[in-house]
Amino acid sequence: MKENLSIVELQNTCVDLKKHVIDMIWKAQSGHPGGSLSVAEFMTACYFRYMNLDPQNPRWEDRDRFVLSKGHVCPAQYAALAMKGFFPLEVLDTLRKEGSPLQGHPSMTKCPGIDISTGSLGQGLACAAGMALAGKLDGRDYRVFCAVGDGECNEGEIWEACGTAYKYKLDNLIVFVDWNNLQLDGTCEEIMPPIDLAKKFEAFGFEVYRCDGNDMAELVAVMDQALAAKNGLPKCIVGKTVKGKGVSYMENQVGWHGVAPNDEQYKQAMDELDRQYVK
Amino acid sequence: MNLEKKIPTRNGFGDEIVALGKENKNILVVDADIGKSCKTGEFRKQLPEQYLNVGIAEQNCAGVAAGLATCGKIPFVVTYAAFGSMRMCEMIRQEICYTHLNVKIACSHGGVTPANDGASHQAIEDMGILRTIPNMTVVMPADYASARKLVRAAAEFDGPVYLRFTRDAVPVIYDEDEDFTIGKAKLLREGKDVAILANGDTVRLALQAAELLAAKGLHARVYDFHTIKPLDEAAVQSCIEEIGRIVTVEDHNILNGLGSAVCELVAEAGKGRVKRIGIQDQFGQSAPYERLLAMNGVTAENIAAEAEKLCKA
Repeated sequence: MKENLSIVELQNTCVDLKKHVIDMIWKAQSGHPGGSLSVAEFMTACYFRYMNLDPQNPRWEDRDRFVLSKGHVCPAQYAALAMKGFFPLEVLDTLRKEGSPLQGHPSMTKCPGIDISTGSLGQGLACAAGMALAGKLDGRDYRVFCAVGDGECNEGEIWEACGTAYKYKLDNLIVFVDWNNLQLDGTCEEIMPPIDLAKKFEAFGFEVYRCDGNDMAELVAVMDQALAAKNGLPKCIVGKTVKGKGVSYMENQVGWHGVAPNDEQYKQAMDELDRQYVK
Repeated sequence: MNLEKKIPTRNGFGDEIVALGKENKNILVVDADIGKSCKTGEFRKQLPEQYLNVGIAEQNCAGVAAGLATCGKIPFVVTYAAFGSMRMCEMIRQEICYTHLNVKIACSHGGVTPANDGASHQAIEDMGILRTIPNMTVVMPADYASARKLVRAAAEFDGPVYLRFTRDAVPVIYDEDEDFTIGKAKLLREGKDVAILANGDTVRLALQAAELLAAKGLHARVYDFHTIKPLDEAAVQSCIEEIGRIVTVEDHNILNGLGSAVCELVAEAGKGRVKRIGIQDQFGQSAPYERLLAMNGVTAENIAAEAEKLCKA
């Protein structure tokens, strides 16, 4: 139920995932490509290296959980779920369409494999803490992975949730901060200076790891470490990332937060991604 | 009704949640640092492994409860009505109602009952706000006995429930063996001249008003509408069809609470008249509980007077 892919296999799986992201957003002509691409390496590592899952039984009680607190980047999670077999790959073509399980923001009642509905920013970490806490109360050893955006850390509830994670010693909670340094209206510095997110999480009681969040080898190295440390401390991986990573014209462009590529841009993106497979 | 025996309905919650917790280890209390005042002290003492306190962080409290519920727990989020409805409102909508999770929001200090705390702590908007969120059920028991029964009913109900209790003591109306069903209004007194539909701490006033009316030869039908969503539409329809004169009474803003819910049905029926009695769309102040009600016309005397006016109209 858990795959243990090598770094190269993970890198290539991540390229597949990014191509699905571009393809589905292009077909929907709606969605959020920038953040979906910056979080793609973390998503890939979780689903294809770490998470213990049963796609045939999405509500399996002992499964590892994934909470996408920055719910607007759900194309990345939908791609991972389809690639894992939670639903057929063709379903990805229905993103954001009427009647689709793939809502614009993830819905746990509509889409198999979604552990909690998100979309309103700042709320996912508290839910992830609740899941991790239930695991502790029941003596189950599942882990809860949670992806949080840098802009989302403007929300006070993120920091409230850190209190719960620390107090209840949730070392089964692994938070990834996707620090791509762009939010909807501009750079993080311009909109609300993040100061040092790693230091902030440290001050709130997390064991913090820093890495290049788009470098699979670095990411896996810190995640291996974080998951091995059963020391009562919640874990936070602060990943410096690039919004739009992998598609040249999207990289570090605030304009690519929530815009779909046109036909020409689509072809260029797919060509560029194709060249990123590692032999 | 025993006017001598008065108990705050928050005590009914505090007592019943201990019994429920002992029967089912999945029942949890999630406090936000006002547990003592919301009567979870015994639960904390007797069931420490089912007791959580996330501090003064209501938004997180709702989210943590949602996460727990996805794992099969039945969390009771405990706070004051003002905070449980408004501070955590969007978290309730997004993470508890949209997801249809089995979380109960159990709030003390409903209506103007946190009297001397002043307007910041009085909750006159809460039931109306929560009534408009899909998948939510909204309940306010009238006394200690019904609080215990409705807390149990909420625990057995699959889905989100908002429960509202009084800080102040109110008379005991029901016997211990009285049964309650969420969504089914309780007929307390039969009458053909006017119908008085009340809930929570105003049910006692409705009963007193019915006595005053009886002395004048007017017979009031009295209902306890402990659940305002889902509203017992059949009971409202029977009042429209059989009487046509309805007075609603609530310790809540006259906007969007029980009175509004009843008016919606009366308007759609195209017949019948309604007088809404409740908080007059104004903030309160630090004052005795009964005075605050009186400032808004929520008294047995005023209910009787308005009912009489309807009968003579």
